[in-house]
Amino acid sequence: MSMATASIPTVERENYLNKHYGVGSWLFTTDHKRIALLYLLSITFFFFIGGFFALLIRLELLTPAGDLVQADSYNKLFTMHGMVMVFFFLIPSIPAVLGNFLVPLMIGAKDLAFPKINLLSWYLYIIGGVMMLHCMLTGGVDTGWTFYVPFSTAFSNTKVVEAGLAIFVAGFSSILTGLNFVVTIHRLRAPGMSWSRLPLFIWAHYATSIIQLLGTPVIAITLVLVAAERALHLGIFDPKLGGDPLLFQHLFWFYSHPAVYIMILPSMGIISEIIACFSRKRIFGYSFVAFSSIAIAVFGFLVWAHHMFVAGISVYAALVFSLLSYLVAVPSAVKVFNWTATMYKGSIYYDAPMLYAFGFLGLFTVGGLTGLFLAALGIDVHVTDTYFVIAHFHYIMVGGAVMGYLGGMHFWWPKISGRLYPEGWAKLAALIVFIGFNLTFFPQFILGYIGMPRRYYQYPPEFQVLNVLSTAGATILGVGYLLPMVYFLWSMRYGKPAPDNPWNAAGLEWKTASPPPTFNFDEEPVVTWEAYNYDELNRFPVKEETPVAR
Amino acid sequence: MFDNFPLWPQRASTMAGNVDALYIFLLMVSGLMTLLISVCVVFFAAKFRHRPGVQAEPIEGSTPLELTWSIIPMGVFLVIFSWGAVVFFQERTPPRDATEVYVVAKQWMWKLEHAEGQREINELHVPVGRDVKMIMTSQDAIHSFYVPAFRIKQDVLPGRYTVAWFRATKPGTYHLFCAEYCGTQHSGMIGSVVVMEPAQYEVWMSGGSTGPLSASGEKVFAELGCATCHRPDGQGRGPNLQGLFGKTVQLEDGRTVTADENYIRESILDPGAKVLKGFKPVMPTFQGIVSEEQLNALVAYVKSLSSTRPGNAMAAGSTSPPAKASAQRSQVQ
Repeated sequence: MSMATASIPTVERENYLNKHYGVGSWLFTTDHKRIALLYLLSITFFFFIGGFFALLIRLELLTPAGDLVQADSYNKLFTMHGMVMVFFFLIPSIPAVLGNFLVPLMIGAKDLAFPKINLLSWYLYIIGGVMMLHCMLTGGVDTGWTFYVPFSTAFSNTKVVEAGLAIFVAGFSSILTGLNFVVTIHRLRAPGMSWSRLPLFIWAHYATSIIQLLGTPVIAITLVLVAAERALHLGIFDPKLGGDPLLFQHLFWFYSHPAVYIMILPSMGIISEIIACFSRKRIFGYSFVAFSSIAIAVFGFLVWAHHMFVAGISVYAALVFSLLSYLVAVPSAVKVFNWTATMYKGSIYYDAPMLYAFGFLGLFTVGGLTGLFLAALGIDVHVTDTYFVIAHFHYIMVGGAVMGYLGGMHFWWPKISGRLYPEGWAKLAALIVFIGFNLTFFPQFILGYIGMPRRYYQYPPEFQVLNVLSTAGATILGVGYLLPMVYFLWSMRYGKPAPDNPWNAAGLEWKTASPPPTFNFDEEPVVTWEAYNYDELNRFPVKEETPVAR
Repeated sequence: MFDNFPLWPQRASTMAGNVDALYIFLLMVSGLMTLLISVCVVFFAAKFRHRPGVQAEPIEGSTPLELTWSIIPMGVFLVIFSWGAVVFFQERTPPRDATEVYVVAKQWMWKLEHAEGQREINELHVPVGRDVKMIMTSQDAIHSFYVPAFRIKQDVLPGRYTVAWFRATKPGTYHLFCAEYCGTQHSGMIGSVVVMEPAQYEVWMSGGSTGPLSASGEKVFAELGCATCHRPDGQGRGPNLQGLFGKTVQLEDGRTVTADENYIRESILDPGAKVLKGFKPVMPTFQGIVSEEQLNALVAYVKSLSSTRPGNAMAAGSTSPPAKASAQRSQVQ
């Protein structure tokens, strides 16, 4: 599809990007859109650090022998890969960047409810991030991102306390973002923007925020307890001091399982927006998709011990948590069915965001279905703590969450930057990411079932062929992730100026300028239509003089 | 042909087939689902691709459809759940007459001690066709006992016993992995399980034993002076241990517990925690005095004083020496 640009404004309108200049105007901004860009910059930085660790892990696993790095270095690599990717990329990724940028725009607000707290949350993230970097540069940590006791409190001789405190601080950033979103969505909706007219992206972020608010304090206090036991020898988790190691696992997973939904729910919100727009249709079963987000957030808190089926919990506890895990799978399945049904009798465009959405559907389906294997008690005993689990959660957290994130970045890039990205390159990148991802992680399902445990830096030779495939895929995947960064940067200078609504999409964010003015809308919008009113947009397309992306 | 590129794990225990059957069922269910979704997505994307002049049809949704695709998956999920639960119950219920092996995991090795007294490091010899129950504990971090060919895995924790069991079906040598990250040499904590024909196993068994584990337990029992209070005539300051193991007992605070391996272990290390009804908390702790291996031996000895197992003719309170009783048992099996 060619991007026809009818007219290019000769004088740039005043917007959030050009209103002020200088470092100070960014570091002290309270504009949610600028804070979103601050987050974008910082999480991209951490994404490539985490990716670099992943690359080294895959290179080490190219051969059965431990030859590229030492055992201790390898243990630090996978630990820091996990900590950086989970706490400094995935959890903030969509909420802090796209959520920050879009939540006020989508509900017709001037900003978030607490703009200064929004800026504070970025600073907390940066302080946590700098602590993490310092920890990594001065020796690192080797407990695995899971901090399992008593290894972390009594046996590791690395910087456990510092890593824990870094995550503790960054956690407050997450809590404050969640709080800000909840209050904003309750209090700052434009006139006429009722709950039933909210875009599904907003529903998804509302559900996410609830988890951030209720879950994050638990991991925070758990990490403090780990630090207390390690530094002060308080007997909490270590049996030698009278503690209980399973208590730690319960507390850790009480947050860290719902945390998976912090990563995937916002991505699901993005997919709903993209599929509706590029099928030119209202989403099928709006209220079911909206409530399934809330159901996932609520049920998500009741399944944590499915990470502990072989940890030493009772058979009956395992039964309950297995059953509840199947319950939480239903709303996820409902979403996939509704997205698919939305395409039925649509008018489907294959632009890059839609390609990412297709990719998401495929990868999330595989990720979700392999979750059924792990929730089945009898199978979990065999595959837990193997590469099967690694493959499963990467399908969800990278195949699902990151695909959605990239799809969203492409979809809203014209709004964020005021420029169009090069469509051909973007489609190519989507294809490369999809192929590279599957080649990296699909072999790991087989590896897991034939018995390769996770966190092994050397392994028996019969596992090599599949590991080589996986490493080859990771190289391709790396290229796929570098490409968008290059052409997004390129487009900021050389991309065609974007019209206000390049996709002819529904939603308030497309009714203001690209990029939007500092306070988002010149006049406060009044909403008189339902969400995804694509049938009206199809009948009355955007006016001729407005440049359209296709 | 696939020696260096296996796509399926070896199947060498009675459990492996059960796990594989459910796994294959799940592969079919999820293969079907993936196919359904991808066919729909590809078909819709092709058939309803944008054509000039053709507009999308507004469709609101459909509650009957929503209910259908909530309830049918729920039904399928319940089938998977139940099947998984049945397999899990088998995995977690060791047969009562299983041969016992005590496992002590430590950074970074497996120490295994047969009830008959053979000691091994990173290698476990077992015969084909006999139920083997492992009673496991860790000396340091959490480890996990994982034999892919048997489809069994159980975390091994410090400060308590966890249990796993299997019955091997095929002679051979199989990987024993540590599956819970435990530090530097986690991936070097690899051992093997050697499954032998019963006849060969008897030959292997006949060498190298220092006598049954319960006998070394009896020795430790005597050395530590336990017998002063735990007298077989019931006249001591501590409870009579004859026939105690496996019974449900009443505690001083009114609770009841089963006198299992974990209870014996706790009563040695933290005697005040669960005092038997009618006794005073006068026993000193043996925390830091007995090693994990000595603890295992003591537990094995206390068990040998009990007659809960089939094939053991000794009645509770019998005067026949426990060492002999345990020797009788291994002959019966």
